[in-house]
Amino acid sequence: MKEKPDVLQGTLALMVLKTLEVLGSQHGYGIARRIEQISGDLLAVNQGTLYPLLLKLEHEGSIDSEWGASENNRRARFYRLTVAGRKQLQAETREWEQTAAIIARFFKVKAEDLP
Amino acid sequence: MKSLRRFFMRLSNFAARRNADQRLREEIAEHLALQTEENLRAGMSPAEARRQAALKLGAGQAIRERHHAEQSLPLFENLLFDLRYAVRALLRSPGFAIVAIATMALGIGATTAIYSVIDATLLHPLSYPHPGELVRIHDDLPGVGAKDVGMSVPELRDLQNSGIFQYASLYGFGSVNLTGTAQPARIAFRPVTPAYFAVLGVAAQLGRTFNPYDSTPGFNLEVVISDGLWKRAFGADPHIIGKTLRLDNDEYHVVGVMPPGFRDQGQSNDERNTELWAASNFAGDPAPPPLRSSRLLLGVIGRIKPGLSLEAAQQHLDTLVASLKKQYPEEYPAQAAWSVRLIPLGESMVASIRPSLILLFGAVGLVLLISCVNVANLLLARAGRRGREIAVRQALGATRTRLIRQLLAESLLLFLLGGIAGFGVLFCTQQLLVQLIPANLPRIHDISISWGLLLFAVSISTAAGIIFGLAPAWLASRIDLTGTLRQEGRGSGGSRQSSRARRILAISELALSLVLMVAAGLLLRSFWDLFQVQLGFNPERVMAVQTWLPVPNDPKTDIYGTVAQESLLLREIIRRNRALPGVEEVAIGNMDSLPLGHGRDDFNMIPLIREGLESSGNRAPQIDSSTVTPEYFHLLGMTLLRGRLFTNEDVADTPLIAIVNEAAARAYWPGQEPVGKRIQMGSAKPAWATIAGVIANARTESLAEAGTPHVYLSAYQRHTNDLAIYLRGQLDPAAIPAQARSQIQSINAELPVFGAESLDDVLTSSLSVRRFSMELVATFAATALLLAGLGIYGTISYLVNEQTREIAIRLALGAQRGDILRMVLGQGLGMAAIGAGAGVAGALIVSHLMASLLYGVSPYDLTTFAGVTLVLTGVALAASYIPALRAMRLDPIKTLHSE
Repeated sequence: MKEKPDVLQGTLALMVLKTLEVLGSQHGYGIARRIEQISGDLLAVNQGTLYPLLLKLEHEGSIDSEWGASENNRRARFYRLTVAGRKQLQAETREWEQTAAIIARFFKVKAEDLP
Repeated sequence: MKSLRRFFMRLSNFAARRNADQRLREEIAEHLALQTEENLRAGMSPAEARRQAALKLGAGQAIRERHHAEQSLPLFENLLFDLRYAVRALLRSPGFAIVAIATMALGIGATTAIYSVIDATLLHPLSYPHPGELVRIHDDLPGVGAKDVGMSVPELRDLQNSGIFQYASLYGFGSVNLTGTAQPARIAFRPVTPAYFAVLGVAAQLGRTFNPYDSTPGFNLEVVISDGLWKRAFGADPHIIGKTLRLDNDEYHVVGVMPPGFRDQGQSNDERNTELWAASNFAGDPAPPPLRSSRLLLGVIGRIKPGLSLEAAQQHLDTLVASLKKQYPEEYPAQAAWSVRLIPLGESMVASIRPSLILLFGAVGLVLLISCVNVANLLLARAGRRGREIAVRQALGATRTRLIRQLLAESLLLFLLGGIAGFGVLFCTQQLLVQLIPANLPRIHDISISWGLLLFAVSISTAAGIIFGLAPAWLASRIDLTGTLRQEGRGSGGSRQSSRARRILAISELALSLVLMVAAGLLLRSFWDLFQVQLGFNPERVMAVQTWLPVPNDPKTDIYGTVAQESLLLREIIRRNRALPGVEEVAIGNMDSLPLGHGRDDFNMIPLIREGLESSGNRAPQIDSSTVTPEYFHLLGMTLLRGRLFTNEDVADTPLIAIVNEAAARAYWPGQEPVGKRIQMGSAKPAWATIAGVIANARTESLAEAGTPHVYLSAYQRHTNDLAIYLRGQLDPAAIPAQARSQIQSINAELPVFGAESLDDVLTSSLSVRRFSMELVATFAATALLLAGLGIYGTISYLVNEQTREIAIRLALGAQRGDILRMVLGQGLGMAAIGAGAGVAGALIVSHLMASLLYGVSPYDLTTFAGVTLVLTGVALAASYIPALRAMRLDPIKTLHSE
């Protein structure tokens, strides 16, 4: 049986930041759900691991949090992107795209292309 | 940046003990609720929906732990926890804690004390800005065996224009009489070229230092004074600038006052205590004309241009010297091989005490090592008793690293407390300790207990705590779990490894203390030999007082200007002092004649020109010389070997004569009879003197040197300004200074009388650095021996405890009590033998390294080595005797029952 790929270290943080950029303010469950939906159940993530990560991002100043009311009207913690987080996301997106482009180019090259 | 912010957030959470656990619980509860709803919508049964939600979330406890770790700083948290536990554990066994802390306090306190001396002297020998740029400039004539022959004014100009130095300056050293105050005083004085203070880089606190305008030919009547003189003689008068001072009967005025902390540079303490500086260009009258060949007996210092290394500067200088030699072949004859050396100024000031201080630091380092080993040994013993506790913790799931960390925190706490206690004791007793340091150590006034030292003490304790705490912690945590837990009774759980470790520790203590004791023994023997050495002169019952004859700038006003005038004064001083109660003999000489009393600086060697061999001072060897009255040799009990001594009839208008010692005769007239040969002393073409006699060598320059070449001239034939008046007889040391002063001042009330001391005291203080290091090393060795004794006592007691059962069985089976005693003593002796073997090997290396500090005793002196080994074995036996007695008196029945 093929195992679902683990989320690369650091990639989860990028996903969280991107999710918050798209959805605006969101609680932990919402973020987890969104990541799950977009990755099409291909990723195996213990949803619990999200919470230490959220705390870390908060300590780093990329995101901010406050108490609010959830859909079923209970207390939930809502996270949103800060200005610094937005900048960080942009920078990391660029880096990621660059890396992906380089890797893609490597895959494109065939043996006969080499001089 | 981001991670820094994260660190500070966590630190602040940690400090404020902010806990995010409640927040996480609520978030997770909400998360699970939402997921369960989702699952229900997907058609699961409620129970299944909850189960799947929990599965998806993952292990709750693990998440909480990771969340908490993120919230705070787990490393700090654990450390704090460990420390709190360590404090409690130490409080539970105060006896152990006190012994361990006291041992470490001793080791670290002593190390820090010695380090404070090294820090002030070797590491920071100069208190001037950019000390690295300061150099002494020596010029040597290796071809004729002459060192540091002094420099001429044109040569100084060459240096100043060479582009190597920012500034370079000549300086001399001497005395002047300050009169017009209550009592005429002798002031240590330096004539300098105007750049002197610019070289040192120190400005005046009041007024100014010298500038180029102060260097007109002849005398410059401007002086700079020290802060001390300003306060002492002028009551810190704020309007001192421009006021006049009467120095050697001439009026000078003060242009500047140096700041309070300023101390002059120099080889001797006297020089460093200079209080008055006058500018001179050393070119006009009375100095000889500024010819290249007329070298002045002065020191030279310079400040290298910034960014130029010493090596590069030396290279430039070599090039300069080579080109000068080509340009002036007459002045720099090839056979003299003139060369100029740059020596870092700090180096030149501390070079003589460096070996002693390094030895002391090494010795104190060994003491520290021994105390560390001792405490490590105690820690091991304690860990042995706590075997059960450690096993229980391990059984409850503590990991090994966690246990080691915990034990390490305890030993770190002990070492740190010890270090801080040692520093505290040092801080409280610093006044007392500084008095023990010999006064002629350079920069003794700058030795202080500072924050830097506290940092030193703390870092040493931390390093020692980690190094010596790690091994016991590692051993203690390596416990056989089931074995220990199954054992009844508390903590007999020392493993085989830990008893081996304890044995090794005790052996190394013995070895280290043997090294120290050998060092102390060798120093003691050297000191004793020096003390017992044949001096060649008799210092007993002799006192010396000093005076200084003023040198007024106008020679016509000098009432002692001619040899005949001075002779009258000298004869009168001798006549009047002979009348003092108890005085049997009186003699006078210049300062250089004072045995062991004058610092051996650069100003008392002069060129020796032998008739027919040398033509000028440039090519002549340098020799010690002094000027004395005829009574000098008899008063000091120096023996004439050949020829004759000075008489009262050798005066200004009879032929000039000289007396040399045997070392001079051997060195400069090998295989010939020097009596009858003619010499010139000094480079300024004085008259020829005929050698009239040869006297036996005396250790007047240094106790350690049997004979240094020396020439004596008669004080009735040669002018001198610094006088030492020697009195021999049944003297009252308390009364003599005042009596001699009144006799001298009854002739001339303006003569200062100072520096009264007995020759025995001079002798003692000339050995003060040696005595200091000898006494300290001996104290360290005694401490080391005590610690090693305690170490071996502890270890043997422990081994006996371990073997209680075995001993009891042996006794029960009929072993004699004597056998048991022998068995235990044998163990102690075995350890002593291995320790002594290792120690002797180490001691051989150390004694080889300290050979230069020894006198009259071989570094491999058999008696010392054997004696020390014997003492060590004795101590080891004595320390094993008490536990051996305890083992012997064991009651086998009781012991076997209780097991």
